[in-house]
Amino acid sequence: MSFEIYHFITSYNYYIIIFLMISGLFIVVSKGNMVKKLVGLALFQTSVYILYISPGKIVGGTAPILADGYTIYSSPFPHVLILTAIVVGIATLSLGLSLVIRINEEFETIEEDELFNNELNDE
Amino acid sequence: MNEHAPALVAMLPIIGAILIMLIRHNHLNWLIALLSGFGTMYYSIILYLDARSMETISYAMGGWEPPVGIEYRIDEFNALLIALISIMSFLILIYAKSSLSNELKKNKISTFYSMYLLCLGGLIGILSTGDAFNAFVFLEISSLATYVIISMGGDRRGLLAAYQYLIVGTIGATLYVIGVGLIFIITGSLNLYDISVKLGDVELYRPLLASLAFITVGIALKIALFPLHAWLPNAYAFAPSVGTAFLASTATKVAIYLLIKYLYLVYGFDLVYSNQIFIFVVLSLSVLAMFGASVIAIFQSNLKKLFAYSSVAQIGYITLGIGIANYNGLIGSTVHIINHSIIKAAIFLAIGCLVFSSKIVNIDQLAGLGKKMPMVAVCITISSLSLIGVPGTVGFISKWYLVLGSLEQGWWVVVFALAVSSILALIYVGRIIELIWFHAPVSSIVSENKIPFEMIAVTVLMTIATIYFGIDTRLTGDLAKIAVENVLLGEQL
Repeated sequence: MSFEIYHFITSYNYYIIIFLMISGLFIVVSKGNMVKKLVGLALFQTSVYILYISPGKIVGGTAPILADGYTIYSSPFPHVLILTAIVVGIATLSLGLSLVIRINEEFETIEEDELFNNELNDE
Repeated sequence: MNEHAPALVAMLPIIGAILIMLIRHNHLNWLIALLSGFGTMYYSIILYLDARSMETISYAMGGWEPPVGIEYRIDEFNALLIALISIMSFLILIYAKSSLSNELKKNKISTFYSMYLLCLGGLIGILSTGDAFNAFVFLEISSLATYVIISMGGDRRGLLAAYQYLIVGTIGATLYVIGVGLIFIITGSLNLYDISVKLGDVELYRPLLASLAFITVGIALKIALFPLHAWLPNAYAFAPSVGTAFLASTATKVAIYLLIKYLYLVYGFDLVYSNQIFIFVVLSLSVLAMFGASVIAIFQSNLKKLFAYSSVAQIGYITLGIGIANYNGLIGSTVHIINHSIIKAAIFLAIGCLVFSSKIVNIDQLAGLGKKMPMVAVCITISSLSLIGVPGTVGFISKWYLVLGSLEQGWWVVVFALAVSSILALIYVGRIIELIWFHAPVSSIVSENKIPFEMIAVTVLMTIATIYFGIDTRLTGDLAKIAVENVLLGEQL
């Protein structure tokens, strides 16, 4: 097997990440329903978490806990970062959803087409 | 205590925010906010004086040494902006009490102060941190607080504006994180100073360029650079007046600093500006902002929206200086960050006075204002003239440096663009001034409330600042020069 093909196959994780990233962003752009948009946003953010976690894994490495008989450890650093990023993501998503609830109470719809055409451009 | 000033400036507002949320007292909330705002201002000034007397302050957060621990790195540039932002937000806090009790429901006021301080803490954190990921966390802290501030304006369209900004802002922050992730994969470090050293040895040019693109676009969404500005006008228009003044004078400026930091201190002048496409994109978007946003501003009928579009145009001036990227261009950018912050605070605070006294929202309601509320009318007139760049006001100083910078590069097109965009600004400002001074008062609007002393006082103070710093440039101009000479162009000069 040539080097290029080997390289292509072993970096399959990045293709998955890019696919998830683009699908998330596509949902945000294409959907008019506010909840669906937030779902797309969450997918977009989550794919970035995997982008961080992925290079931290070392082939043959164990969990980063000191123990006899193990010399290769995976990097714990990305996990720590992503723990923070997950918290940030949850905060954003919950604030977004609560805004959607308030919008639904005030306007009785959460379809962007109806809302933005009627409300923001009426002057 | 003073050696902990880098941590205190970011922590004091956040502690204040938590206290206000816990106590939720109708009168104490303002006092706590004022106190922590004052503490932040005090330590930010100490921090600036320290940064001037020492080389660069490196503060290891929690005692964990960099590059593994989070480092707070204070130099003359970000210390200047920290001082600017904490002074502005303290003055706006003095103004806030009466304005908020008029515009918000009683049970919402504590939440507003809390979000205001949280946003301030986040912004100062972005300025002071030397860690790429920490900057993202602070970016999100300030953004989340901003979404809440925007949605509290009382107008139900504020909810839509907040939602719109939440989607765009989160995409921006996520793009930024992707860029940081790529840098992390290349260099294995998140400390910005450490990264800038390690990037010198990097041979993989393409991922580096990709990370630059992701970070630039991500931050540009937060800056509201021209085609990415859609969230800004609605957000400014429907937020409470205090919130608009605060956001307009601080939030976008901090994002611009973050961009400057990446371009000059992390990637480095040579890497960024050897790339012709990058300069072309930054320059053309800045010029488009100066034109496009000014033209849209001419056709606005909502007063706050008009000045929001003018903000987008003025941001174009600042990024123009970044694109020009010589000594004078960068001074122009830095001075305009300070000057625009003062001008927009003055204008939006004056509009807040109008909303307070007679609920003025649209431009045609301004007719005859010069006779009814001469004080506020003079403030709006002077600070609007400052937007155009009339000599004797701060706007002139920034434009002067930008013109000098582009002449040095021999870019006559840019000089022409600066002139034309000033004329466009003259059109929308002229319309307001004409209505204020040369039209008969509209009878339907009667002045209802007497504007409290402190609201007028802060507005007048800001207006005087726009003239004072336009005549005596020793403070703003020289501090900007020191910042640019010592920090940004340290190696080039």
